[in-house]
Amino acid sequence: MAISLNVNGETHEVDVDPATPLLYVLRNDLQLNGAKFGCGLGQCGACTVVVDGEAVLSCVTPVSLMEGREITTVEGLGTIEEPGPLQAAFIEQQAAQCGYCIPGMMMTAHALLRKNAQPSDQEIRDALMTNLCRCGTHMRILAAIRRAGELMQQAGAPQTDRRAG
Amino acid sequence: MTIVPQDEFSTDRRKGISRRGVLMGTGALVVSFSLARHALAQQATPAPAAPEPPKLPGSLDDARRLDAWIRIDANSDITVFTGKIELGQGIRTALIQVAAEELEVEPGDINLITADTGRTPDEGFTAGSQSMQNSGTAIRNAAAQVREILITEASRRLNVPRESLRAEGKAIVGQNGQTIGYGELVSDQLLAVEAQPQSLLKSPDSLRIIGQSLPRVDIPAKVTGGAAYVQDLRLEGMVHARVVRPPAQAAQLQDVDTTSVEQMPGVITVIRDGSFLAVVAEQEFQAVNAMRVLQQAARWSEDAVLPNQNELPAFLESTKGDIGTVAEDGAGDFSGQVFEATFTRPYQMHASIGPSCGVALMENGQLTVWSHTQGVYPDQEAIAEMLGMNVEQVRVIHMEGSGCYGHNGADDAAADAAMIAAAVPGRPIRLQWMREDEHGWEPYGPAMLIKVRAGVGQDGRITGWNYDLWSNVHSTRPGGAPSLLAARHRAQAFPVRPPNFNISQSGNGDRNAVPLYVFPRRVLWHFVSEMPLRVSALRALGAYANVFALESTMDELAIIAGADPVEFRLRHLEDERARAVVEKAAQEFGWSTDAPANGRGRGFGFARYKNLAAFLAVALEVEVERETGRVRVVRAVSAIDSGEAVNPDGIRNQTEGGIIQSISWTLYEQVTFDNTRVTSTDWSSYPILRFSSVPESVDVHIINRPGQPFLGTGEAAQGPVAAALANAVRNATGVRFYDLPLTRERVKQGIGI
Repeated sequence: MAISLNVNGETHEVDVDPATPLLYVLRNDLQLNGAKFGCGLGQCGACTVVVDGEAVLSCVTPVSLMEGREITTVEGLGTIEEPGPLQAAFIEQQAAQCGYCIPGMMMTAHALLRKNAQPSDQEIRDALMTNLCRCGTHMRILAAIRRAGELMQQAGAPQTDRRAG
Repeated sequence: MTIVPQDEFSTDRRKGISRRGVLMGTGALVVSFSLARHALAQQATPAPAAPEPPKLPGSLDDARRLDAWIRIDANSDITVFTGKIELGQGIRTALIQVAAEELEVEPGDINLITADTGRTPDEGFTAGSQSMQNSGTAIRNAAAQVREILITEASRRLNVPRESLRAEGKAIVGQNGQTIGYGELVSDQLLAVEAQPQSLLKSPDSLRIIGQSLPRVDIPAKVTGGAAYVQDLRLEGMVHARVVRPPAQAAQLQDVDTTSVEQMPGVITVIRDGSFLAVVAEQEFQAVNAMRVLQQAARWSEDAVLPNQNELPAFLESTKGDIGTVAEDGAGDFSGQVFEATFTRPYQMHASIGPSCGVALMENGQLTVWSHTQGVYPDQEAIAEMLGMNVEQVRVIHMEGSGCYGHNGADDAAADAAMIAAAVPGRPIRLQWMREDEHGWEPYGPAMLIKVRAGVGQDGRITGWNYDLWSNVHSTRPGGAPSLLAARHRAQAFPVRPPNFNISQSGNGDRNAVPLYVFPRRVLWHFVSEMPLRVSALRALGAYANVFALESTMDELAIIAGADPVEFRLRHLEDERARAVVEKAAQEFGWSTDAPANGRGRGFGFARYKNLAAFLAVALEVEVERETGRVRVVRAVSAIDSGEAVNPDGIRNQTEGGIIQSISWTLYEQVTFDNTRVTSTDWSSYPILRFSSVPESVDVHIINRPGQPFLGTGEAAQGPVAAALANAVRNATGVRFYDLPLTRERVKQGIGI
C-alpha cells in the first residue's frame, strides 16, 4: 500500500504493508537512524518520535495511521554541523554513555519543551517516565533538557521543527 | 580448552591457541614477535630455551611492534590502532588523548581504528575496566617511542643534536626553524621495529591533553541521527533475519511445519538445524511476522531443569564442588562479640536497551561479521569453530551496539547471523534479536550465597573474619563454539564445556571477597559447577555481591563497637590512597553521626576494585517510605582514584552511571524463572530504575594521581553502592537487609508494617 509520510518537513511516498510499525519504515525505507528498536512493545521509549507535537512510540504505531501527520525524528532537530538547541545541550552536557536511548529521550523532551519551555525538574522526570536508560546517564539527561530550555529561551523564540530546504 | 575464570579480559589464556600475526589494513601481513616467541617455544627439545623477551608496557607485550599500534603515512596522516572497543565508556576519546599527547599533535589529527581482526592488534576482550591499563598504556608508550624515533631520525638528517629538536604540529622542529614533517621522516619502515621496555613519557607538568575533559568524539553523531551502531549498518542487498529461540532453557525442537511460513510475503527461507530455527525475509517487518508464525508452528519438548527460585541459596549450598582458599592470613581468635550473617544475590541481567544485533556476509568462502562483541578475535575463533572454517576465512569487525556491561548477547547474535549467512551466501544478513531474546537468553550475572562470621574485640578492632562464598564461575568465555547459543542448538551441537575452577589475583566469583582492611581473615570459594541458567561476566563480576556483604558486615561490626562507620573503616585501613577516597567522600557528603531526619538514613561503602585497581568510596542518603517499603536514594557523593586521570569528565560519566546502575540492581533487579523457563522476558517482568526514582543529585569527586599508572574506572562503583544503600536503609529503619534486591515487599516486610 502506498502511503504518503511527512517526516522532518519532507514528504515521502512509501509502499509498505499498512500494519508495519512506523519505526521500521523510518529506519529501513527512509534510512533514518535516530529512532531505535528497543523492545517493540512500547515499554522503553527508545523508538520515540514526535507526531503532531506529541511524543509517540513508533515501534507500536502502524504506519497507516501516519498519513497526513507531521512526524519529527531526532534528525529533524538539526545536523551534526548545525545542531539544534536540544542537540547542542546534549553535546554540551556530554549527556550520553552508549547513547542508544538518547534520541528517544530527546524526542520526549522536544514534545515537552514545545509546550513548556521552562519545565520544572519534576515535570521533566514525569515526561520521561516511560523512557528507560540502562547506562545510568539520567542526571546528565535531566541537566541537558534543562539546558536546552535555556538555550531555546536565549534564542528568543519557541523552538520549531526544522524544515528541509 | 576449558573455561578458566582467570583474568577474563586477558589474551594470555589464549596464547598458544590463537596467537597470530596482525593483518594490517594495507593487506600486508605483519608477523608479531609474540607469534615468533611462541614458535620458538615449540621448537624441538635439543634447542636451548629461547631467552624470554623483555616485558613491554600494557598490551605492547602482546603486539610488540610499534607499527601494530601507530602508522604515519607520507602525508603525515596518523592512524592509531587499538584492539579495544567503544562501548559507551568513552574509551575512543581517551585513547585519542594519550596518543595525541605523546605524539605532540592535536586530538583531531588522530584517526583511531578500533577492534577488527583484519586490522588491529589482538587485545582479547574489552572488559574488566582494563582498557586504559592495557591499551592506553600501550598506545601512550608506543606514541612516546615513535616521537623519540622521529626526533632521532630528524637529528640524523639535519646533523644537529637531538636536544635541539622538538615535536610540534606533526613535524620535528629545530631551533633555527628547520622543519621536517612526520610523513617525510617515516618514509622507510622507520616504525617497523619492536617497542622498547622503557619510554620517555612526557612529564606530568608538561601535559596538554591528558587530564583535560575532551568532549567525547562519538556523541555528536549519536544525538543527530548519524550511523553509530551495528543496528544502523545497511549493506547493499541486505536482508532481515530473526531467530526463534526455544521457549525454555533445555527445550528441544521436536517438529516444525515450515510450509505456511515459507509462503508468507517476502520470506526467502526458513533455516532449521537441530533446535536452531531462523527465518530470513526481504523486509524487516516481514521477518518479524514470519518469526511469530514460526513460533506458533514449532513444537518443543521441555524439561524441568531449573532449581526452585525461592530456594536458590539452598540450591547453591547443596552443590558439591571444589573449595578453594582465596585468602588465609592468620587464624583470628574471634574474641569479643561475634557477628554472623548470610547474604544473597539473585541472577541479574545486563539488559541493554538495544537488543543484540549482528550483520554477516558469506561471499566466496569468506565470512565477514559485524558485531558489538567485546572481543573480535575470540569471537572469530568461536564462529570459525562453529562453522568448521579456518580462522583466516572469518573476519570480525567491531561496531558499537547498545550499552555493554559485560558478556551479553552480542556474540550470540553474531553467531546467529553467521549461521544464517552460511546458509544464504551472497546476501548480507541483518539479524536482530527481539526484546524477549535478549532478556531470555543473554548470559546472566550468577546468583551468589555468602556467609560471614566476624568478631570485634573490646578495643574496637576486628578479631577474626571467616568468609565463605558459593558461586558459579563469572565468565564463560572465550569458550570457543560451545559459548555460542547457535552452536549449542544446532543438530551437530557443541556441548557446554564444564567450567574450570581457578583462583586468580584479580578474582572472579571471589573478586573483592578479600577485605582490603587489615585484620586476620580466611576466605573460601565453594565452587558451584552446575549452571542451570547460562551465566557469564556482568559488570564487576563477584565484586558486586562480595562488597555488598563485606561492607554491610563492616557496618554491623561498627555498630557493635559503638563506632562511627567511617571512622571504623579508617581504623582498619592502612593504604593511604584508600584512606584518601574514604575521607574525601565523607567530607564532600558532609558525613555526620547526628540522628538523620525521620525516614531518612545515611550509608557508606568502599572498595578498591579487584584490590588492585580503582579506589572508590561512596556515601548515600536514602528515604524509606514506611507504609510501602519504597526506598529512594536522595543523593550520592563519591570519591574515586583511578590513577592518572586522562579524561576527568569521562571518569565522572562512567562513575555516575555505575552508581545509578548499581542502585537499580540493588533495589529492583532479579531474573525470575519457573522450573523450565525464564519468566523475566520484558521490562515489566524485569523492572529497572525509572526517572521517578533517580536521586536528586549524584556527585563524583576525582582524586587525580598524575604520573601514576592508569587504574580503570568502569566497574568500581557497583559493589560500594550496593553496600552503601543497604547501610543507609539500616540507618533509616534499624533493620539489616541481607538479600538482594531490596524490593518494596522485602523492606515492608522487614520493618514490620
